[in-house]
Amino acid sequence: MSKDIAILGVGMHPWGKWGRNFVEYGVVAARAALADAGVNWRDVQFVSGAATIRNGYPGQVAGATFAQALGWQGAQVNTSYAACASGSQALAAARSKILAGECEVALVIGSDTTPKGFLKPQPGDRPDDPDWVRFRIGITNPTYFALYARRRMAMYGDTLADFAAVKVKNAAHGFTNPNARYRKQFTADDVAASPMVADPLRLMDICATSDGAAALIVSSIDYAKRIGKGDAPRVAAISTVTPTFASALVEMPDIATDSAIAVPAQSFRAALPKKAYEEAGIGPEDISVAEVYDLSTALELDWIEDLQLCARGDAAKLVRDGATKIGGRIPVNPSGGLACFGEAVPAQALAQVCELTWQLRGQAGERQVANAKVGITANQGLFGHGSSVIVKR
Amino acid sequence: MNDADPHSAAQPVLDGWFTLDRERPQLLGNRCDACGTVYFPKLKSGYCRNPDCNGEAFTETPLSRTGTLWSYTNAAYQPPEPFAQVDKDAFKPFAIAAVELEAEKMIVLGPVVAGIGVEQLQAGMTMELKLEALADGKLTWKWKPQA
Repeated sequence: MSKDIAILGVGMHPWGKWGRNFVEYGVVAARAALADAGVNWRDVQFVSGAATIRNGYPGQVAGATFAQALGWQGAQVNTSYAACASGSQALAAARSKILAGECEVALVIGSDTTPKGFLKPQPGDRPDDPDWVRFRIGITNPTYFALYARRRMAMYGDTLADFAAVKVKNAAHGFTNPNARYRKQFTADDVAASPMVADPLRLMDICATSDGAAALIVSSIDYAKRIGKGDAPRVAAISTVTPTFASALVEMPDIATDSAIAVPAQSFRAALPKKAYEEAGIGPEDISVAEVYDLSTALELDWIEDLQLCARGDAAKLVRDGATKIGGRIPVNPSGGLACFGEAVPAQALAQVCELTWQLRGQAGERQVANAKVGITANQGLFGHGSSVIVKR
Repeated sequence: MNDADPHSAAQPVLDGWFTLDRERPQLLGNRCDACGTVYFPKLKSGYCRNPDCNGEAFTETPLSRTGTLWSYTNAAYQPPEPFAQVDKDAFKPFAIAAVELEAEKMIVLGPVVAGIGVEQLQAGMTMELKLEALADGKLTWKWKPQA
């Protein structure tokens, strides 16, 4: 029996720093997705919200909050928190409901309003909290991205020019994306002129935080056929696996890896798409387009290798050869990625799926990847959360 | 040592995380008596995190004082609190190291001692553990290229 579900509609609220309540953005995205699907709100039987802890009380009841804002109509409701993978977990909850026969059509939604300025820990002395400890000795979020970037330079000979090329490529992709926050065709000189934040990464190598919202209307394949959308793109896999002990990389906010004395070290990032490929019964050679979590320019190169789109260490060469551009062998982040969006945590994993849906329908406009048939997403966040979703047509 | 020694009265930034030996400080972890996995910081849940191990007994263990530089970066801007703050103009960027400990098979982060910038670092170098004060006088562990 097929475990696919159909993506009937997608919608987003443009990313930016709008400073309004996140519920407003979510309603815009949800209504756009409903209109795109041609589904009446009254017909939605399950609302699956992606939450962030940042919004406090309303954020933690995200599914119900959006259901109320759209007009309570008695749907079943769910809220998922999984840091950057919250959207994928909310999608997985909807898929489980649909495949269990407990509903036919569901709204999956994530929205965020980010605070101004840099993220920092709550006040107080908390020596048992790794997030407090690392800031206490001066280790911030860019520290981790920079350590991974410098490691690539040492292991594979990646250069600052390679990292800048990722930014230039993503800026060119997102330039015409109406939902992107940054729409400027930055050059390598622009990147080099931006201030150093965490050597070797400059300000323009690191993604910002943004407000934004994304929503999906998903359904059983039977329902899609009944409303004449049997050929809609389908979710073929959702991987939300945890890391496997022992961790190979020092992950934010930790101060050390696990010790690999008793069992071998394992890469978390590589495990995420591996499970997705297994679930979809396809391999990296089948992928036509990828949306990956470029928290930094260098991290996009790590993801390309974790997705097995090239051999370990070869991602910079892929970028140099233009393979990851739209029109290249395997376009990566045709949306413009986090470089053009900035991160809106509970919306971001769903935004990746929105982009793949437009790409697979051939509706991506100037950023269209020709003949896109299978797309994959990848992201990773705090506390052992991450996801990889495969969409096919 | 005399009373004027700035280290003699210095307090650690975190109690029990490292020894206060001036010359040869060591990070303090604990080790699962059953499978040998080392934890830093010390595991406090009382149950080994190795999924194949049921260990519930742990013994404090000092970590290797030296390791191999896995990667490095710096803080070009002053990190936010709880990092001890100085005037914006007085802040000097500092390097940060990720050091791989061979015996423990783990990587441990830490700031690099003052005066050593990223231009003086290279992956693969041997690094050793030192103690140095933060801006509020509290001692922390830091990494330093071995002479």
